[in-house]
Amino acid sequence: MANNDSTSDYSEITRNGLWDNNPALVQILGLCPLLAVSGTVINGLGLGIATLVTLVLSNAVVSLIRHQVKPDVRIPVFVVVIASIVTAIELAMNAYVHDLYLVLGIFIPLIVTNCSVLGRAEAFASKTTVGRAALDGFTMGLGFLAVLVVLGGLREALGKGTLLSQAHLMFGEGAKWMTITLVDDYRGFLFALLPPGAFIGLGLLIALKNVIDARRKQRRGAAAHHREGGNVAMPVSAAGTTA
Amino acid sequence: MSLPKHMLKMALLLGAFTVIGAGMVALTHDATAERIAIEERATLLRTLNSLVPPTLHDNDISTDIITVASKEFLGTDQPVTVYRARLKGTPVAAIMSPIAPDGYSGAIKLLVAVRHDGTLSGVRVITHHETPGLGDAIEIERSGWITGFNGKSLSNPDDAGWRVKKDGGVYDQFTGATITPRAVVKAVHKCLQYFAANRETIFASRPTEVNPHGK
Repeated sequence: MANNDSTSDYSEITRNGLWDNNPALVQILGLCPLLAVSGTVINGLGLGIATLVTLVLSNAVVSLIRHQVKPDVRIPVFVVVIASIVTAIELAMNAYVHDLYLVLGIFIPLIVTNCSVLGRAEAFASKTTVGRAALDGFTMGLGFLAVLVVLGGLREALGKGTLLSQAHLMFGEGAKWMTITLVDDYRGFLFALLPPGAFIGLGLLIALKNVIDARRKQRRGAAAHHREGGNVAMPVSAAGTTA
Repeated sequence: MSLPKHMLKMALLLGAFTVIGAGMVALTHDATAERIAIEERATLLRTLNSLVPPTLHDNDISTDIITVASKEFLGTDQPVTVYRARLKGTPVAAIMSPIAPDGYSGAIKLLVAVRHDGTLSGVRVITHHETPGLGDAIEIERSGWITGFNGKSLSNPDDAGWRVKKDGGVYDQFTGATITPRAVVKAVHKCLQYFAANRETIFASRPTEVNPHGK
């Protein structure tokens, strides 16, 4: 990995975190909190933000101390760093967003065990500059957060017929208007709210990403073909079947 | 470098990072402890006040507390907190925190507010592990079922009525979940019986000293 701080390098880090190497859709890391807390948009958003802050801070700290930490003890040191950061975030959430803290409960301390945090520290942050490490943490966190929110929205809409219910837990009493009721008097679709619904929902999102990737590849291939062959009819590609 | 020396150096390095990490956590804890205590108290007070409206009492319910224990009537052999509401020194209501030990997935923690005359002022579920979408209708956020206890007492309905409808009583069960409401109805009934038998002691006992920082 070249250590150049050019703009194209930063945009590659960004694209990696958000799409190409998305922690939830491609690396399939951090499944436990992803599946457990994605029942509603607000829960997903709350845990997503906590994970994002953890990733930025842990990546930055790990990068800062990368010359002091010897390879022999790097993993335990990283774990200590991550655990300290998560505990500090847990205390802060308990103090400043107490109601949301009560809802997320055990899943905040469990961010420590989210493999994507240690994974980014070890695979990326420990080998690069602070700026690049922090940006990587931010985009990876944002990619994770986006999947949590989309999956939360999907499950909440199907399961309860609402979006953004309990918004007041995060934004205060004044945010009750944010809740959108999609279907009045909705009987609920319990399956979407239970863990199997989370698995299937995530599976659908991964499939959707693969379809989009295949389409883009096909289009790029077709465009290249056009440039080379002139007025050749669109080739029938098999890319669709690979999704 | 010899091996033991190298190991020692690595241990010291790891130790140093542990000390820094623990120090950081200690500092955060110090900075947030007061605010967390305030938030926890506010949350408790909000629940207590929703059960016994602040207009009906003038004492600080969250500190006028005693603990009682009765495995048979309160569902646990652990001491259970009782919050007492008074108006100008006269007992108004007691809020007890019994446990329904026989929920579908373990214990259901309740808050049961009983007025001095033995009628229920309100019931709330504090924690439970019932099935989402089925048994969790006992939460006030999900359905109004729990408000069905308001105004009930030991004589209204009578003993036979303190059951879910499926068992011949007056309380609704949920579609697909009978065990959960059955457990809650039973626990509230027992709690009322405990209150009736111990009313004078509950209000007369000297309050337990409360330390704002827990232990």
